[in-house]
Amino acid sequence: MPELITSFWQTYNTLFYTVFVHGMLALSIYITLSCGQLSLGNAAFMGIGAYTAALLTMKAGAPFGISLIAGGFLPAVVALIIGIPTLRLSGVYLAMATLGFGEVVRVVILNMEITGGSLGLNGVPLKTELWHLILVMGILIYFFIKLRNSRFGRILEAINEDEVAASVMGIRATYYKVWAFAIGAFIAGVAGGLNAHFTFFISPREYGFEPAVDILTFAVLGGTRTLWGPLAGSTILTILPELFRFLGPYRLALNGIILVLVVLYLPNGIVNRDTFTNLKRFFKKEENA
Amino acid sequence: MFLQQIANALALSAVYSLFAIGFTLIFGVLEVITLAHGAVFMMGAFAGLIAVTKFNAGLASTLLVSMIVSGLAGYLIDLIAVGPLRKRKFHHLAPMIATIGCATIITSTYQGIFGAEAYRFPFDFVPSTSYDIVGIQLTLLQLIIIGISLFLMVVLIFFLNKTRWGKAVRAVAENPRTAALLGIPVEQVFRLTMSISSAFGGAAGVLTGLNFNTIHTFMGGPILHRGIAVIILGGMGDIRGAMAGGLILGFSEILSVAYISSDFRDAISFGLLFLILLVRPSGIFGKVIERKG
Amino acid sequence: MLKGEHITKDFGGLRVLGDVSFEVKEGLIFGLIGPNGAGKTTVFNIISGLLKPTSGRVTFDGRDITNRPPYEITGYGISRTFQNIRVFREMTLLENVLVGMHRLFSYSAFSMFFDLPKKRSEEKDLREKAFEILSIVRLTEKADLKAESLSYGEQRKLELARALATEPKLLLIDEPAAGMNPAETEELMEEIVHINGKGYTICLIEHDMKVVMGICSHIAVLNFGELIAEGSPDDIKANPEVIEAYLGKEELSA
Ligand SMILES: Nc1ncnc2c1ncn2[C@@H]1O[C@H](COP(=O)(O)OP(=O)(O)OP(=O)(O)O)[C@@H](O)[C@H]1O
Ligand SMILES: [Mg+2]
Repeated sequence: MPELITSFWQTYNTLFYTVFVHGMLALSIYITLSCGQLSLGNAAFMGIGAYTAALLTMKAGAPFGISLIAGGFLPAVVALIIGIPTLRLSGVYLAMATLGFGEVVRVVILNMEITGGSLGLNGVPLKTELWHLILVMGILIYFFIKLRNSRFGRILEAINEDEVAASVMGIRATYYKVWAFAIGAFIAGVAGGLNAHFTFFISPREYGFEPAVDILTFAVLGGTRTLWGPLAGSTILTILPELFRFLGPYRLALNGIILVLVVLYLPNGIVNRDTFTNLKRFFKKEENA
Repeated sequence: MFLQQIANALALSAVYSLFAIGFTLIFGVLEVITLAHGAVFMMGAFAGLIAVTKFNAGLASTLLVSMIVSGLAGYLIDLIAVGPLRKRKFHHLAPMIATIGCATIITSTYQGIFGAEAYRFPFDFVPSTSYDIVGIQLTLLQLIIIGISLFLMVVLIFFLNKTRWGKAVRAVAENPRTAALLGIPVEQVFRLTMSISSAFGGAAGVLTGLNFNTIHTFMGGPILHRGIAVIILGGMGDIRGAMAGGLILGFSEILSVAYISSDFRDAISFGLLFLILLVRPSGIFGKVIERKG
Repeated sequence: MLKGEHITKDFGGLRVLGDVSFEVKEGLIFGLIGPNGAGKTTVFNIISGLLKPTSGRVTFDGRDITNRPPYEITGYGISRTFQNIRVFREMTLLENVLVGMHRLFSYSAFSMFFDLPKKRSEEKDLREKAFEILSIVRLTEKADLKAESLSYGEQRKLELARALATEPKLLLIDEPAAGMNPAETEELMEEIVHINGKGYTICLIEHDMKVVMGICSHIAVLNFGELIAEGSPDDIKANPEVIEAYLGKEELSA
């Protein structure tokens, strides 16, 4: 019996770790979506974080914690630089600017010596342990719960619902949008750092447009009205593809189909605020029956 | 050498402009950024390739096939994903996300069919003669690309300004509600715009395939980035802007590759985009979009 | 307190406001009337910073606020409601008002994260205050409902409460009675007079002549973007140009 568990764990622990990392990435885009902004640069931020953290542990011998935090800060700073000119403009500009940004990150990583160019970085020390992932995820969930019921959470939601109305409430929307974007970049960067330290190998290919669409799909499928939506979406979409391996190269099309269907028929995603009330109501009915 | 670069830059710019015109027209009329425009471009290239390699099509019919296939794709994207979103009040990001979905579906399906390798047109599809025009050496291929692009742009401008449907498109771009009051079938205009614009994207695709003589399933991504840079550069929704923006980007890329380094070619469009967002976010010709109370 | 000087606004060649000047005096209810499309809402949009005038300027308490961003103008003490209701539909009534009060909050993100006493006391105090504001428009019982569940008239009241929550000196109200029945309208107008009595200066756009005449002490009339008359309700009633342009055959006996 224990043998079975060990072998199961050996086969699936990477998948399990990935569920956590994808959950973090989903939360990283959730915070920008929750103020009505679409960032397609979170995969690139993850990449910056991954390279920063990996290089710090590999070349500078930095403690893991420091590497991770640095891997969060650098993308956050980059996000501030991109966000400030972009987010004063209407909603579509961030999506457009961040779309091309992933390309820039790829090109820069390819052309730097320290990053190993197109060969990628091999031999990143295996430092990420399960409790690291649980701890970081715990902090994130705690943060988002606190955020939701605070003045900051209300401001983000107001901006999301109606930016003009928010602005005549005296809210300086750009300011909060920039911070939300930078915090998202920070989260993506940390997730990248954690990811790099259990996959052993990273290359610029992993941080382009397709992973950015994956991250978006996590959040859109799960729903962006509560923090549980992105987490549910990322978990489902991380485990599901294992079941759809037989689709081969067409597997990616599944993401696209999900995006289109959810946007059309399930605009609030699978988990939203009503989910909880509906669930309660459902169980009450069962009791009564 | 420099004059040769001008020839290259002209051909490149022509294709960029052609791609961006459709892109910007869709934004101007539907107020949607279709991130599927790159995928539609790739479809056009492959359609042209198949027309040539399997059916021995000539240049004109190849172009036509590309435009029809891509135009149809645009029609379907609007029918299935974008159009239904207009009927209900949705989050403003919804149409863009739907087009990302379409792009992913198209691209991965094509990757499933055609794989990742590069395809080429037959060696002698366009003879490799060249001409000297005011001191610039232009290959026949470059002339064809520039000529077809200019021709299509002129046709589009004629269509928009002189025909009944074209005028309807412009009226809807101005204000869909007023247009509807005037009896213009707004829904049909939206769909027509998606189709025409996508057909232009397809033409740009096949011309790009000819220009570099490579076609692959990843070709939609880079052109999409460039298209975005071009329409922001020119001013969103502005056709003249898309043409001017295409020229600026084409020349910037060719000249920087020639005189600086080719490593960062793919980052130039982002650099230009970022620069314009800093100094003049409304673009060269763009008006500032005003918010309503 | 609020002055508009020679305000002109063009929308792509179409002149919507031409050389409009007005002054709203502190403490009063100022009425802005005019037929559909006269440019009334545009005046509000310019005052609140959502639109930039083509030329002219707006001053508030002697300060030039032309071309200032909306959030800053709200900070100076001008708040508004919208003709086409713009409450935060997915938020509760209480949250709507709390968003309006956001400038009164000062706790940091750090306090938020660690749930420090400063955050807790501030949230508690300001929630109480938000309840008080909701009570002005008599919506306290529905405080925890989503705004979208309210009726049309209630949403307008909520918008009023939300505008009050920003602690304005001047309140711009755009057609608050649109879509309400006469009884509701009457009640609303009483509330507006009541709010005015608390020291808020009010600028009111309203279609219903009776209402305007009844509660405004000063009225300005816009027609095709031109200010055609200004004065006390009696002046306006007697003004032939107003009768001609705005009232048409409508009866004037208020
Ligand atoms: N953002 C805009 N772009 C173009 N035209 C506009 C815009 N906003 C308003 N207009 C036009 O300006 C004119 C005045 O509009 P406004 O909304 O100020 O009128 P109003 O007096 O408030 O009318 P109503 O009584 O119907 O509310 C109208 O003809 C309108 O169509
Ligand atoms: Mg109005």
